[in-house]
Amino acid sequence: MIAVVDYGMGNLRSVQKALERVGAQAKLVERPEELEAAEKLVLPGVGAFKDAMEGLRDRGLIGPILRHIRESRPFLGICLGLQLLFTESMEDGLHDGLDVIHGRVVRFPENHLKIPHMGWNRVSFKKDVPIARGMPEAPYMYFVHSYYVCPDDPSVTVATTDYGSEFTSMVWKDNIFATQFHPEKSQAYGLTLLRNFAGLC
Amino acid sequence: MLAKRIIPCLDVKGGRVVKGTRFLNLQDAGDPVEVAAFYDQEGADEITFLDITASHEQRDIIIDVVANTATEVFIPLTVGGGIRNLEDIRRLLKAGADKVSINTAAVKDPELINHASRRYGSQCIVVAIDAKRIPLATSRDQGRPLPSVPSNTLRWEVYINGGRTPTGLDALEWAKEAEARGAGEILLTSMDCDGTKEGYDYELTRRVSESLDIPIIASGGAGRLEHFYEVFTSGKADAALAASVFHYRVYSISEVKRFLAEKDVLVRF
Repeated sequence: MIAVVDYGMGNLRSVQKALERVGAQAKLVERPEELEAAEKLVLPGVGAFKDAMEGLRDRGLIGPILRHIRESRPFLGICLGLQLLFTESMEDGLHDGLDVIHGRVVRFPENHLKIPHMGWNRVSFKKDVPIARGMPEAPYMYFVHSYYVCPDDPSVTVATTDYGSEFTSMVWKDNIFATQFHPEKSQAYGLTLLRNFAGLC
Repeated sequence: MLAKRIIPCLDVKGGRVVKGTRFLNLQDAGDPVEVAAFYDQEGADEITFLDITASHEQRDIIIDVVANTATEVFIPLTVGGGIRNLEDIRRLLKAGADKVSINTAAVKDPELINHASRRYGSQCIVVAIDAKRIPLATSRDQGRPLPSVPSNTLRWEVYINGGRTPTGLDALEWAKEAEARGAGEILLTSMDCDGTKEGYDYELTRRVSESLDIPIIASGGAGRLEHFYEVFTSGKADAALAASVFHYRVYSISEVKRFLAEKDVLVRF
């Protein structure tokens, strides 16, 4: 069973439905004990970083999430669920994240480009990522975000996207996969990624 | 870089698609879920539902339509029409909408934009603006729909209640205010061009797009392939919305995208 963490942030139903579409059993969970029982965990989310951390903390979910990751069970972070893995975010002040991946979350620079970065953009894979198999070299994926992640260790960046400059659009470290884009909104290739994640052992 | 988006809009009334009789290969061309799935397969970058249900009692039907669509279609879904308050927004998002577009309610209570974007995030709050050119008293061409006049004298007025009620608001100023209050996107419809099939209002679109940092979806007037090209190039739109050209199968979405790609406009395939 794949647990989709429900902590009050955004459209989780589409994540659940997309996982079901690819044949996985997915359940929205918001209680710590339900999370402990999950083989795989998906941490989705759109909205503000600070609210999201509070949402996790208030529900007592931070411990179970960290334990899940430490026990090497597969984990997929999506959008804010990617950013929350980092040490800290500069969104609306400076806020601590889960610090599973060292680095920080920063805002796109003010220049001629529109913010949020919203729409379909190419994701260029730099490595052979297990959950990205069966995809073209640089598929279009759907993004909606104003902040992006800067990992201290560049080797965790497995895909980048160009928006004025290259930013990290996917990270992979051991059992942790996380995307800045929304696979649940990225049509066929997004579903391929979720199918691959659901099939991980 | 970001691809330009092509967004088909479905007018939905009492849970049924109002236009769309030319979908010969669909079992039920009136079923919004089926039509949305069809557009998804054809390459639509997003889907927009405009709920034009008039009666209050039937307004819950759109919630079911959204919920059913969210199990079939895995591209972004925007829902607009008749949204009055935070509770309406919450229910649509919970049912599976990715964004909601608010029009009349935002004009009547601009604070709604602030509250909604703070609560749910700017990315899901689209402010829809229906704009109409203000006839120029000095122009002898007053009767013509799109007079050619020095651009610094052109102005557009915001209309609400489905284009029935003028507000006195300047469309460009209102768009800026909507952005400042937290809108994540502007859906900009030219009332002058809507239904003409003679092209978008490129001047309006360009002015708003250049004055704002958030994406602009142009709407109203698409009739030929060139219109899509023009709205992305001279209009500087980030996305183009169209209804009848797609519903009546004048063009498929993939035809539009192929045309744009041949002219070096970045689109997703």
